Amino acid sequence: MGDGLAIVGLTKSFGGLQVARDLTLTLPQGSRTALIGPNGAGKTTFANLLTGVLKPTSGKIMLDGQDIGSLNEAARVRAGIAKTFQITNLFRDLSVRENLRLPILEREGCTHHIFRRADGWRDIEAEITELMLELNIQSLADKPVRDLAYGQQRLVELALTLAVKPKVLILDEPAAGVPSTESHLIVEAIKRLPSDLSVLIIEHDMQLVFEVANRIIVLVNGAILMEGTPDEVVTNDRVRELYLGAAHV
Amino acid sequence: MTTPVLSSSPRRAATSLSVLLPSVCVLAGAALAFLMFPYDLSFLTRIVIMMIFVVSFDLILGQAGIATLGHAAMYGCGAYAAGLIALHLSPDPILGLAIGAVAGAVMAWISGLILLRTHGITLLMISIAMTMVLQEAASQARWLTGGADGLAGITVSPLLGLFEFDFVGQVAFIYSVSVLAGVLLLCQILISSPFGLALRGIEGSASRMRAIGTPVYRRKVTVYVIAGAIAGIAGALTAQVTGLVGIEVFNFSLSADVMVMLILGGAGRLYGALIGTLLFMVVHHLAASVDPFNWLFVIGFMLILVVFVLPKGLISLPTRVTQLLRRT
Repeated sequence: MGDGLAIVGLTKSFGGLQVARDLTLTLPQGSRTALIGPNGAGKTTFANLLTGVLKPTSGKIMLDGQDIGSLNEAARVRAGIAKTFQITNLFRDLSVRENLRLPILEREGCTHHIFRRADGWRDIEAEITELMLELNIQSLADKPVRDLAYGQQRLVELALTLAVKPKVLILDEPAAGVPSTESHLIVEAIKRLPSDLSVLIIEHDMQLVFEVANRIIVLVNGAILMEGTPDEVVTNDRVRELYLGAAHV
Repeated sequence: MTTPVLSSSPRRAATSLSVLLPSVCVLAGAALAFLMFPYDLSFLTRIVIMMIFVVSFDLILGQAGIATLGHAAMYGCGAYAAGLIALHLSPDPILGLAIGAVAGAVMAWISGLILLRTHGITLLMISIAMTMVLQEAASQARWLTGGADGLAGITVSPLLGLFEFDFVGQVAFIYSVSVLAGVLLLCQILISSPFGLALRGIEGSASRMRAIGTPVYRRKVTVYVIAGAIAGIAGALTAQVTGLVGIEVFNFSLSADVMVMLILGGAGRLYGALIGTLLFMVVHHLAASVDPFNWLFVIGFMLILVVFVLPKGLISLPTRVTQLLRRT
């Protein structure tokens, strides 16, 4: 068992504007944590700091005891941190199978090969099929991603991220833009994620948060307002006032 | 980094017939052209060399989405390197070709390390500036390059020690076509490979590629070097076939022409590069023979037409026609 992800005193400033303030928290292995907060609270900034898109002004990011704060984005993925995008970011001209082939080839260190066929590894092809079965998208295997419904694209997005076999998975608004008739597919897929995977869900949809998270962190103005179980968060007066609105207090 | 844990053997790309298809098509087309236009072989050879150059540009623009206007830098370096080798070291054409490839690759590596940290307009501007600097350097270094007069009197020995380069240009044509077939085979293998798939991924979404752990910059530099080597081969062939290298090999207009040819044919597909080059060169030849001063009007009109009617280039014409027929 690894130690999971530990964030210590993480701060980010753009000039005089502080967007992450001394954030300290842990994501133990296998945890299901939701990060909530009003618009502009710094949730996506926090995700970008974890994935290496942004460099922190100060603080440490430790994964299984190793400081990964100095690694670039791609190296952090290889270390075990992966995220889905708020707005679907897929290879639209490639089929679902080709989309999934890419991260697996990358994970296995095969993308520098020039004199071998991309579909030439039986193990990788079998893993792609297995992944599609897990997320129930096997019927879409040979369709170009651009032809898929948005809900299906979100599932491919999730599959693509799982394909790198992360230790920590950051889901940035996984149900954003998904029609209500398809959002149950996302919830079911998240519930079926491997139990040893640490999951951080950034989400506005509180119903989804309460369904999948066993711990919630509330972020306001770049700082942690509180963290606790869903019951503790929902009964906290400060959260109700700041996040759910004064009328709820 | 994850250690590869693969148990099954990969299938060799070379076994696939589809990999050979572009090269076979080119060889068949060239054989036909050789028989039909026996007195236009020098023009046909120019087309073939330009095809090699445009295919190299397709690797970076069509496959990896790297848009530059400085591809002539690698072509020019290949041309000068082959010319200098032939004049001072050895007239062997194959050695000249290899040196041209190395010169193109080295120039691509050096420039790519800087260029590929940028994108968009910045990349376009820096790539143009780079060829301008090279052109000026070639112009100033008269002791090496012959300055504005260029390198003249380049001669090469018989190909493989057997085939003398003849006045009609038969050997030069066959030599160039063979090199093009080889380049196409290499490119087709590359496109079908994991590296080629990664390039298509970068072209589709570089941010997503980073998010699955791909060192995007490194992959871009690698393909830029490969494309640079192929452009260098095209430059070397030009030097060997024409016997002359002038500073215009670094002209901005050459880089622009290459981009136009690729857009006309269709980026991202090797056949597009071939069709675009053929069309551009033939139309240019015919239009310039009718009106030597206003031939660009025809090329411009053709480009506008293709961009509006067939944004994916002439290669997409059959698909577009099928779509229209289905609708009607």
